[in-house]
Amino acid sequence: MCSRFLSALAAFLTIAAAHAEERVLRVCADPDNLPYSNERGEGFENRIAQMLAGELHARLQYEWAPTLRGFVRKTIGQGLCDVFIGVPARFERVTTTRPYYRSSYVFVSRASTPIASFDDPALSRARVGVQLVGNDLAATPAAFALAARGVTDRVQGFPMMGDGPAAQRIVHALAEGRLDTALVWGPQAGYFAAHAGQPLRVSIAVPPPEAAGMPFEFAIAMGVKRGNRALRDELDAAIEKRRAEIDTILASYNVPRTDKP
Amino acid sequence: MRTTVNRVGNVLAGALLVLAAASARADAPANGEWPMAAGDYANTRFSPLDQVNRGNAKNLKLAFSFSTNTLKGMEAAPLVVNGTMYIVTPFPNFVYALDLTKPGANVKWKFDPKVSPASQGVACCDVVNRGVAFADGRVFVATLDAQVIALDAANGQEIWRRKLGEIKNGETITMSPLVVKGKVLVGNAGGEMGVRGWLTALDAGSGNIAWRAYSTGPDKDVLIGPNFKPFYAKDRGTDLGVKTWPPEAWKLGGGTVWGFISYDPELDLIYYGTANPGPWNPEQRPGDNKWTSGIFARDPATGDARWYYQWSPHDLHDYDGINENVLADLDIKGSTRKVLMHADRNGYVYVVDRTTGEVLSADPYHAITTSEGVDLSNGVLKYNPDKEPRAGKVIHDICPGSAGGKDWQPMAWSPRTKMLYIPHQNICQDAGTYEVSYIAGTPYVGADLKMKAGPGGFRGEFAAWDPVAKRKAWSLKEKFPVWSGALATAGDVVFYGTMDGYFKAVDAKTGDALWQFQTDSGVISQPVSYKGPDGKQYIAVLSGVGGWAGAVVSGDLDIRDGNAANGWGNAMRDLPQYTKKGGTLYVFTLP
Repeated sequence: MCSRFLSALAAFLTIAAAHAEERVLRVCADPDNLPYSNERGEGFENRIAQMLAGELHARLQYEWAPTLRGFVRKTIGQGLCDVFIGVPARFERVTTTRPYYRSSYVFVSRASTPIASFDDPALSRARVGVQLVGNDLAATPAAFALAARGVTDRVQGFPMMGDGPAAQRIVHALAEGRLDTALVWGPQAGYFAAHAGQPLRVSIAVPPPEAAGMPFEFAIAMGVKRGNRALRDELDAAIEKRRAEIDTILASYNVPRTDKP
Repeated sequence: MRTTVNRVGNVLAGALLVLAAASARADAPANGEWPMAAGDYANTRFSPLDQVNRGNAKNLKLAFSFSTNTLKGMEAAPLVVNGTMYIVTPFPNFVYALDLTKPGANVKWKFDPKVSPASQGVACCDVVNRGVAFADGRVFVATLDAQVIALDAANGQEIWRRKLGEIKNGETITMSPLVVKGKVLVGNAGGEMGVRGWLTALDAGSGNIAWRAYSTGPDKDVLIGPNFKPFYAKDRGTDLGVKTWPPEAWKLGGGTVWGFISYDPELDLIYYGTANPGPWNPEQRPGDNKWTSGIFARDPATGDARWYYQWSPHDLHDYDGINENVLADLDIKGSTRKVLMHADRNGYVYVVDRTTGEVLSADPYHAITTSEGVDLSNGVLKYNPDKEPRAGKVIHDICPGSAGGKDWQPMAWSPRTKMLYIPHQNICQDAGTYEVSYIAGTPYVGADLKMKAGPGGFRGEFAAWDPVAKRKAWSLKEKFPVWSGALATAGDVVFYGTMDGYFKAVDAKTGDALWQFQTDSGVISQPVSYKGPDGKQYIAVLSGVGGWAGAVVSGDLDIRDGNAANGWGNAMRDLPQYTKKGGTLYVFTLP
């Protein structure tokens, strides 16, 4: 009780102090990682950041850094910025707000020849694209599930590093007929599929029993420096107040949701 | 004939062999220079200088020091040629030439290669560089952003530069190039990013690419032809770099080349190791995953592969095969064998016939639970299935941990004591309490690796290994992993550094402590010895903690996060209490 009061007081004082000069909301963001963000402000996290800055009566300022290995340490960790607009709600390297959306790994395939289930017999013969997360012995949950099913022969990995986001390269390969289906993280799949120039189907992937314990769904929250509860509380309040607008922004980027009917 | 005969050691008296032995040292003159990172082509790191000996080492005093103006992990070896010392720093890869003929060794020139800052975010484990190369009046530096640059050694002027890889695809270079017969040999790093490994030969005069040998893919890419004769049947066949993978996986298969290269002028073969397969988890890449985690022997003129042996087929534990190969001739069971000696990440010291690729012995120098020995009849590493990583399964006491029994830190060989001096860690790990991770906007569940001290509770060891008797002669326990290279000398004094900042001299025969000096940071570099223009023997070492094991200090990692630095965070929690960042050259001599 007491500590909650103190952190609220601290938040109030921070705001008060900032108001005396000008409050700045320093957002850590990737300069080139649509649909989340880019330097031209075209991502949905850019839009949410702008909205948040308005809500907090602050000027928006970006610290651009690729969200690759060590991105927390090199940004918030060095005090260069204060908030990530989107991180997994259980991401332990930051203190997270309440989640504001939940998505899932999805199948993306051509609408004319959909392959959208681990039980589809066509899957074992299909050329399947997956994101490679680029850490030793790690893979996306969907890629783990493929391996657990014994589907390895025609799986193609797309590394995080390259020309543009891996999800964009995967959807491009699918549209060009170089892949038959793909397992991609929802927000990235939804956005790039909508911009593919041909009908693609995006469907929530249901994990097969062999991959029990591998989560396909992740709730996404904002993240602040560990222990910065004052800012966290402010952001929680802002998310609550502007929830409808956030939903509208996410919908306009075709983010597949599993927390919405 | 130079006084190199007793360096290479061993051996039969025959003039022919003596000649051959001397030629192996052709680029490492007995005039007391240190012309390449490993000292010589055989990678012995043995100095023929003997002014500093077991009796007087205790009198070593600081001759001079030099601040490099950098604060990341210093893993490089200083080179000494023609009265000049050449040093390369971690990113931004400054190159300094110090004039050893002047008191205090003032800076003759400094070169800033203007390395792309983006490369810092790509390098896996701190932004290290392991040393420059020197040949024919030129200094060759490989940069973190995957360029090789030739400099005029006299004035530091750039002669050519060649870009060899793409940072945006995850390629970096951290190794020390080796110049053999007019070719600059250099390989890439970045296996965890989905990089396909290669070794490239550049013409030292022009910088043009002479050949490139990939570590995965079809034989024509790997430079495997009719002269390829691996010792074991499992390594024979067509296009095994494709067939031992799922159809597409070899294209991103890893097998990078970031360790030291050795050269035998008599056999005219280079030897180097390939890194682990990647970036997939093992279940997604069934097969041996050739030619990763193994060793190639090649013709330096053409790159043509002659033999290969796989230390860790279908690697499960991040056991790169890049550790250095030390060349020597050993008397084994009554006959003299031309061998290479290799202490692998998988925990075994291998003695391999370097003409044929036959494994003569493989014996543990580190606690091992991941395998149960090497079958010498067929060369197979016998994995222990209980320690196989599986998604969602918690596995305790994986020994050695991902960094291996020994990582990059190079050992030394003394032809006088006939012992290998192996700097290494004593680290095991637990895997499998999976935690949510996030990269480039993609959430996943990563294996939470927690490294910890191995049996005995200490984390580092400096061991003298007898490769014929196949056992440790003596060993010293250290609080932290011994992440520095070793230096052996003809005075029977052996040198190494510790992560808590000591530079130590010990008796090569007994391991008895002779002398130590506290530097201002942890020592993780390669000590060298040279004869100065004044005729005195000097010992030089760079201090500056970092590297994979030391990134908790150089990278300001959060020590509350046990998974930081891919698992090292847990094992190195207390390092910040013992040392701080640094970047200083220390040079010692007798008064």
